[in-house]
Amino acid sequence: MTTYDKKTLENLWEGNLSSGELRPIQSQFKDQDRFWKFLEYCQERVGWSDRILLPLQPHLFVVQKPDGRRVNKCDCGFEFGDYRQNWKLEAQVFVRDTDETLQEIYPPMMHCDPEWMVLREFYCPGCYSLLEVETVPPCYPIIHDFKPDLETFYREWLGKEFK
Amino acid sequence: MSDVKSKLGTDKLPIGWNGRTLLQMLEDSERAFEETGRYCGIEALALMESDPIGYEKTFAKLRGGLVNARETAMNISASPIVKEIGELCFAFYTPEGDSVALSTGIIVHVHTMSDAIKFMIRKGYEQNPGIAPGDIFTNNDPVIGNVHNADVQTFVPIFWEGELIGWAGGVTHVIDIGAATPGSVPVGPTSRYEDGLQLTALKVGEDDTLHRDHELRCELGVRTPWYWKLDERTRIAGCHMIRDAVERIISEEGVNTFKQFMRDVIEEGRRTFLNRLKELTIPGRYEAPTFNGVPFKDEPRLPQHAQVDNLMHALMVVSIEAGGELELSMDGASPWGYHSFNCTPSAMQGAIWVLLSQTVVPNDKVNDGAYLATRSFFPPGSWTNPQNNSVSTGAAWGFLIPAFTGLYRILGRAFWARGFHEEVMASYGMTMNGMQGGGIDHLGKPCSILNFEISTVGGGACAVKDGLDYAAAMWNPEGDMADVEIWEILEPLIYLGRRIKPNTAGPGKYRGGSGFESLRMVWKTNDLEMQNAGEGLTFSAPGLFGGYPAAAGYRHNVHETDLLKQARANKPYPVREYDPEHSELSALTEGRHLFDKKTTTFPYPFRQGDLYLSWLRGGGGLGDPLERDPQQVTKDVNQDFLLPRYAHKVYGVKLLKNDDGSYSVDDEGTVALRKEIRKKRANRSIPVRTYIKGERQRIQEGNFIEPIRKSYNSCMALCSKWAKYYREFWDLPSDFTFSVGDES
Repeated sequence: MTTYDKKTLENLWEGNLSSGELRPIQSQFKDQDRFWKFLEYCQERVGWSDRILLPLQPHLFVVQKPDGRRVNKCDCGFEFGDYRQNWKLEAQVFVRDTDETLQEIYPPMMHCDPEWMVLREFYCPGCYSLLEVETVPPCYPIIHDFKPDLETFYREWLGKEFK
Repeated sequence: MSDVKSKLGTDKLPIGWNGRTLLQMLEDSERAFEETGRYCGIEALALMESDPIGYEKTFAKLRGGLVNARETAMNISASPIVKEIGELCFAFYTPEGDSVALSTGIIVHVHTMSDAIKFMIRKGYEQNPGIAPGDIFTNNDPVIGNVHNADVQTFVPIFWEGELIGWAGGVTHVIDIGAATPGSVPVGPTSRYEDGLQLTALKVGEDDTLHRDHELRCELGVRTPWYWKLDERTRIAGCHMIRDAVERIISEEGVNTFKQFMRDVIEEGRRTFLNRLKELTIPGRYEAPTFNGVPFKDEPRLPQHAQVDNLMHALMVVSIEAGGELELSMDGASPWGYHSFNCTPSAMQGAIWVLLSQTVVPNDKVNDGAYLATRSFFPPGSWTNPQNNSVSTGAAWGFLIPAFTGLYRILGRAFWARGFHEEVMASYGMTMNGMQGGGIDHLGKPCSILNFEISTVGGGACAVKDGLDYAAAMWNPEGDMADVEIWEILEPLIYLGRRIKPNTAGPGKYRGGSGFESLRMVWKTNDLEMQNAGEGLTFSAPGLFGGYPAAAGYRHNVHETDLLKQARANKPYPVREYDPEHSELSALTEGRHLFDKKTTTFPYPFRQGDLYLSWLRGGGGLGDPLERDPQQVTKDVNQDFLLPRYAHKVYGVKLLKNDDGSYSVDDEGTVALRKEIRKKRANRSIPVRTYIKGERQRIQEGNFIEPIRKSYNSCMALCSKWAKYYREFWDLPSDFTFSVGDES
């Protein structure tokens, strides 16, 4: 059974492994305890005590509040509400829909035509980390990237109680 | 009559296992799967359990035979697309057409060839034209099983003691397919009848020999018959090598063991796929749309009904269910159109297949077991499933490639949540610019060109490192850009330079893989037509987790240049564009510059001395660029992956210029600058709910361009579910549609 020590995994998650060290991890069969170790790693690094149920991306987690509510939460502490709702609805947004704002990121000619497509940047209202960038035409609905089925995951896939 | 039967191969029917016809075998297999959910209804993997070492050895022998066939046969070809780039692959199939094992290469076609074999079975090929030892079949028809006509397939049935034991299949991408415009990926056809030579699952040889009439038809039907002939021999030789390998395995293992092996290995592939999904992902619903602009409104060479600007929509929704099943839906996709970017369901399945085999089961036995473990829905009437055989699919990859970046982003989210960050990737780069054309070459001979540097675009950023620079293509994980000398032999254009193209990669904490640029000069011909093919209006490789998309395309070609005059006067000449805002191409070349966002053009005349810039795209970024290690940003600037001014603007890194011209980081300045950018984000962003109110108002006023209003209308008309979603999201009346000029 493949398994890795804490240090190796920390180096992996922090991007500190060389290609030579990374390659065997990509090629090996996966370590079955990875998820639990990752939860522990994440929990140790946030400045709050709500239990992390699922890491969603580098800054966002689904957490369980002491009163039983499950919410999306940023590592800075900002809460976005019920985890089944799209967290973006509670975020701040800046839309790059002009040549001028697109050229803050891309050289002229190397960006989209803002009449055809815009960049929607979603920031955490607590720390203003850039959480997601949508590439969509004007007036496209906000994308709900991922709605996890936590009950199935915990109960059926991990065989754990989920209360 | 008996002679006719003998000729058709029907005197020895049926050829399936245990006295069954192939059609009976196919129907039995499908019925068993329908009833049990398992391949051929297999409960226990008896062979794997009773003799695991022997089972693995048999798989290794078969896989080795397939890889050997590819590596050897590719040397028969003279086409650099096959010989240098490796645009071919081989696979072995059951009698019913299910893939058992495959070689490396363009494995997108492992499933499209499966479709073609099943088509032949369902159409009664066992009776007419007959399937006999030594026969050779060919197909390139996307309606039957393919992505576009340029991928030509060859099939050889493999018999053992009168029974069809399976099929060897091989595919190569040919240089020219005799389409309306030269090159093998025609951008311009508006119907199937301009897509080029159609080989609709034909029997083209017997006794291991090609029919002369087929050879003549093809030689006269394409612009590069010499490459065609050797490509076809490449495929046939590979299939015959596979036949030898299979016969050798059967003689060693026994036919019944081999038959059992074929069944077990596919069912094992299915079970492994489900287990891997449960091991690597999170159940739930994932969503990832992508878009493609088709600006043909002002294209006079198209029929009037095709002269429209259009925005194509691909909404990929993936559900991963409790049992590990993956269901992929494209409901909400745009209708098919009068352009060549439509796809058949076979192409869509091929794309699913190539991406899942690279992401979910890269270390396992890859075969049609993975296909059986997934479900898909491609809405009838959409670009993903036109249900209209007259539709053009000549450049099917044009939107297929961007559309399936969604699957990478979806799986990336799942892998991240499980902690498997070594597998997370943002969108791979779009495999463009497609440099394509034809005419008379530098040796005075007819030529047709599709430069396959497109095999090496930037990979998507990973969660633990940057994307690979000029690495591969989504359709060929082992792509190669080939040496410039090879392309200069084939094409009447010499290289003035081939270099890293800065700012092609999507920015992020980890940036996407970079693209590169080739500057070509037309040489020794005044009779050449070239086109550009790529995206420019839209981004095609979105980022992930705060990473930005890779750069969008542009065109910069120069006609009637003073280049040869300058060279004779020993004046400097350009070797790259580098920064389009301060173009070296513009600075060093006089002439008529076509420097614009027209990235999908029709063939345009070129003469000796004219310049063609072909730049290859980067991959999407991952994570907030303000979190990128400033030392990595500096390294990118010093190595020409990033223009210095963008270190400041995008990454918040303050650079110091050293005496030798290189850059280093001003640490304190960088901390201050990043704080300032964060503050700017706070000052100029608004709450999303406020934004939604404003956008709703804009929708009601129809205050954006008509092609997008039309696109929304057409998607709502085709898909009532998406229409309901769109209207409800924006709180619009249940019968809302946009007002559009010629529709209102």
